[in-house]
Amino acid sequence: MSVVVIQPRRHTRLLAPFRRSPSLAAGSLIAGFVIAAAILAPVIAPSDPNAQDMAIRLAPATLSHWLGTDGFGRDILSRLIYGARPTLAIISLVALLMAPLGITIGMVAGYYGGFVDRVLMRFTDMVMSFPRLILAFAFVAVLGPGLINAALALALTSWPPYARQARVETQAVRRSDFLAAAEMLGIRGPRLIFGHILPIVTPLAIVRIALDLAGMVLIAAGLGFLGLGVLPPTAEWGKMVADGTPVIFDQWWVAASPGLAILVLSLGFNLIADGMRDLMDPRHG
Amino acid sequence: MTSADSAANSHYRSRAVAAGFVLARWLGSMAIGIAGLIFVTFLFTHLSSIDPVIRVVGDKASPETYAAAKAALGLDQPFVVQFVDYALKILSGDLGTTWSTGQPVLSDLTRAFPATFELATVAIIIGAIAGVGLGILAGLWPGGWRDMAVRLLSLMGYSVPIFWLGLLALLFFYARLHWFGGPGRQDVLYELATEHVTGLMLIDTWLSGDADAFRDAVSHIALPALVLAFYSTAGIARLTRAAILEELHKEYVITARAKGASQFRVVFRHILPNIRAAIITVIALSYAVLLEGAVFTETVFAWPGIGRYLTISLFASDMPAILGGTLVIGVCFVTLNALTDVVVGRLDPRINP
Repeated sequence: MSVVVIQPRRHTRLLAPFRRSPSLAAGSLIAGFVIAAAILAPVIAPSDPNAQDMAIRLAPATLSHWLGTDGFGRDILSRLIYGARPTLAIISLVALLMAPLGITIGMVAGYYGGFVDRVLMRFTDMVMSFPRLILAFAFVAVLGPGLINAALALALTSWPPYARQARVETQAVRRSDFLAAAEMLGIRGPRLIFGHILPIVTPLAIVRIALDLAGMVLIAAGLGFLGLGVLPPTAEWGKMVADGTPVIFDQWWVAASPGLAILVLSLGFNLIADGMRDLMDPRHG
Repeated sequence: MTSADSAANSHYRSRAVAAGFVLARWLGSMAIGIAGLIFVTFLFTHLSSIDPVIRVVGDKASPETYAAAKAALGLDQPFVVQFVDYALKILSGDLGTTWSTGQPVLSDLTRAFPATFELATVAIIIGAIAGVGLGILAGLWPGGWRDMAVRLLSLMGYSVPIFWLGLLALLFFYARLHWFGGPGRQDVLYELATEHVTGLMLIDTWLSGDADAFRDAVSHIALPALVLAFYSTAGIARLTRAAILEELHKEYVITARAKGASQFRVVFRHILPNIRAAIITVIALSYAVLLEGAVFTETVFAWPGIGRYLTISLFASDMPAILGGTLVIGVCFVTLNALTDVVVGRLDPRINP
């Protein structure tokens, strides 16, 4: 009996935020769609993304190639579907690198305070005042293009907001009873920070990641556009726009569809961010 | 000491001391930022997979030649000594010579800088006017159709890849509709005729007195500036809207309304002066971000500024040119960020700089 009562209630609670915020629902739908396309790429792509056919290069949309072909006669639709993979890989990698880095620095600064805090926050402010995009370019230009380097470059310049946020939250719980209790039990140093403070600062950091995703998509695509992303012939949206640049006046579809894909994914993440902001801060509605 | 005491103290602190304090703080954060930038580019030169010695002597050089060249480049020195040498060289204005053309990087960059400055400035003027205007519209009628339209527009501004937007703008407004001039800063026709006084094409063609040349310069800068402006409009509009909403129900606004002030007067005489610090902050920060966005816009529109210089150097793997461009944009960025803090502190005494 009780099972029957609880199940539908849990169901509504899970869907409630989506119902309250159409932005969140629309954004999640878009992001879910792109993620599904990336995972199912081998199943749903009509042809091999790297198969060349110079006889039909730069062909407009036809029944066999729904979005036309690029300069090597490759099917643009298939490349578009496969192109979701490196973009999603880069932004996941950046999120996994920058958040822990920023959180650790913020927690250490907030917990120890004093001199450590001043030095670490000065450093954080300094990195924050750097031009993110330009430093990422220079970093990849120096270390060579590739997915890992691109992600590393973005992570190394994007962590400061996480550090600031984690520091403020750590300071707020610094004098709390539960930390005092943990310290009395002899828990201190890394174990206290990662075991007892980390769970406090994690939720807001995850929210922050969600807010940052859209910007990451654009920067990752920008790196690809400048030839600093994944190496050819791997399909990547930014690189596909760059490939279409020389023929934009005559064969506009080569650059148009991958750019639209970037716009759609970024829009999806922005809608999610907007929805989350609406839910958390009613004033923004 | 109570908070009332400290408030009284800061009130009585003489203006000159306060100004000096602000200036010192500004110089301090700028110096730290620039030192950090120099250190980062120094690290980059060491991380590079290209061996600078082999670049000089070639990969068939004997060990003796290699060692001699290494010593000549100062690469046999300890890390710290190398950094100090590097920093002193940079601070004296020597950014090295490019690998591809052998020109001094600094002179290349000073030639390219006005183009970027001109583009970013025109863009931020358009973006600030459009952004503040749209933000006011959305903020005064929250939830209405104006608000929805502005929200949609700023969502697009946040989501669109700027290089793609530039390409589409070129395709439609230049190639198809012929509304604007094409890539570059000028038509070939006027290129040799214009005397370069300031390096800012709009001013140079204006000074030349040739109305056609000026019109040509305007039609060339319009499209890239609009594309770049779209990028900053979103952020400025969103912040202005939020700030207006915050103020709208405060008592001073209600008082002004009760005294019969018009909507226009309430916004421009009462609300805007109170939120100007926030607006100026976001405009200044957007301006800094525009310098970055210029990399894409300049590449797409063949605009001969620092951004295009950077991408050309990228394709040539020209390390000194890349690092020089990074440093110059970085210094502008850091300076703008530091300057924003100072200006905002002066404009809004509630914010302690």
